[in-house]
Amino acid sequence: MDRIAYTAASGAARVLEQQAVLTNNMANISTSGFREQLSNYRSVPLVAQQGLPTRVFTVATTPGSNLQPGTLAETGHALDLAIAGDGWFSVQAPDGRQAYTRAGEFAVSPQGLLVNQQGLPVLSVDEAPIEIPDRGSVTFSPDGYITALGAGDNPADIQVIGQLKLVNPPAASMLRGDDGLFRAGPQDGPPAQADPAVRIVSGFVEKSNVSAAETMVGLIRNARQFEMQMKVIQDAGTNAERANTILSSGG
Amino acid sequence: MIRSLWIAKTGLESQQTNMDVISNNLANVNTSGFKRSRAVFEDLMYQTIRQPGAQVGAANQLPSGLQVGTGVRTVATERIHSQGDLKDTGNSMDIAIDGRGFLQVEMPDGTFAYTRDGSLQVDQNGQLVTAGGYPVQPPINIPDNALSITIARDGTVSVTQPGATGTNVQVGQLQLSTFINPTGLQSEGENLYVETDASGPANFAQPGLDGAGLILQNYVETSNVNVAEELVNMITTQRAYEMNSKSIQTSDQMLARLTQL
Repeated sequence: MDRIAYTAASGAARVLEQQAVLTNNMANISTSGFREQLSNYRSVPLVAQQGLPTRVFTVATTPGSNLQPGTLAETGHALDLAIAGDGWFSVQAPDGRQAYTRAGEFAVSPQGLLVNQQGLPVLSVDEAPIEIPDRGSVTFSPDGYITALGAGDNPADIQVIGQLKLVNPPAASMLRGDDGLFRAGPQDGPPAQADPAVRIVSGFVEKSNVSAAETMVGLIRNARQFEMQMKVIQDAGTNAERANTILSSGG
Repeated sequence: MIRSLWIAKTGLESQQTNMDVISNNLANVNTSGFKRSRAVFEDLMYQTIRQPGAQVGAANQLPSGLQVGTGVRTVATERIHSQGDLKDTGNSMDIAIDGRGFLQVEMPDGTFAYTRDGSLQVDQNGQLVTAGGYPVQPPINIPDNALSITIARDGTVSVTQPGATGTNVQVGQLQLSTFINPTGLQSEGENLYVETDASGPANFAQPGLDGAGLILQNYVETSNVNVAEELVNMITTQRAYEMNSKSIQTSDQMLARLTQL
């Protein structure tokens, strides 16, 4: 059989991989702070020692994430924070490294620490977890300063208890971990530096930045592309069948 | 089969959960002291199929890898303990908590539960109970000849009795329980919550002191469900559900095409 069947089959397999990436984006269309995963095909030309480059295989890749901001939705909940523009919140990942996220639906843990929804402590500028005073009320300033009024305290006793570590490393260095959190730079590199220019808004949650229209079109395009590969495989099969007929009739 | 079918299924499931939460909020739009919930999502594990930077020959490295996410899951249904509106009922047995805190009630099995629903009543023994019949803690007994009940902002309960005109007799003191993380309370239904490790232990305070709210007589706290917000959430949930089912449909078409080979 013609080798073209294998080229087309590898193309079809890559379409299925890309379909998985697009479906994952679609499944996370309501996940706060989710960043759309980009997916691409990369050509791998197969050039023989002598002769013409007749076949080009393809490889599916996820070169990075779309870091465009998502829509901000008002919730009115004091511990809901969203980043206006570029930037990231820093959390302490279980592997001991600092991880970065755009999902700002924070909560207070039983130990009184500010944590994200996965229970990971949110970090302050001095890279320590943030302790919220017992049953106090908390407000966040646009540059990340946290002011707290302890339960039953005089409003005049309001005090600054820290500042959130907001970072803005170059987009190219942000890598998605297997847990969905982002990490900056190589495994053993230093954590990202706090960036005083990042701004947050309190009482808002940033929605997923997945574009429903684009993803939907991508899904359909993949389906059609898959169909074309199937057609090529079918044609290769028909050709081989035809050749076999000629051979057998000659005998 | 193909991954995208299962991934889209997680999308459908989480949108379904979201719809359940929204429906429960809307169903309780008139429940006194009800606190709305919201579903919080997170992306599931990613599978690294090709590691970026892997060697693909003696001198070549993959410039970018292939990471495929496996979908979405509901990580929490978080209860939002914001203040509901206070509604004047004119009923002297209705109390609302303005600020933080819960009334502690005793359950039939001797354990304690907490509620913000202040539609109080008096049972056959003269004890102050919630609308569900659970006695308020610490117990307060209303004498059977009481003409009227006054509950002060600091929780002092006093009654007037016939005889000497205008004699106010103090019969008890309401206390409020506050928690470091009220979101961590476990919902029990009947407007009741129970303490968990996540909520931290109850901290008892006199109303108005130590961060506890004030008691307002003749008011009830209405549900804090914002109908407009819930309806918008419902629309986005429905559309997201539709789009995920479209993903399934498209992937299914691809599989169907494959079987026609």
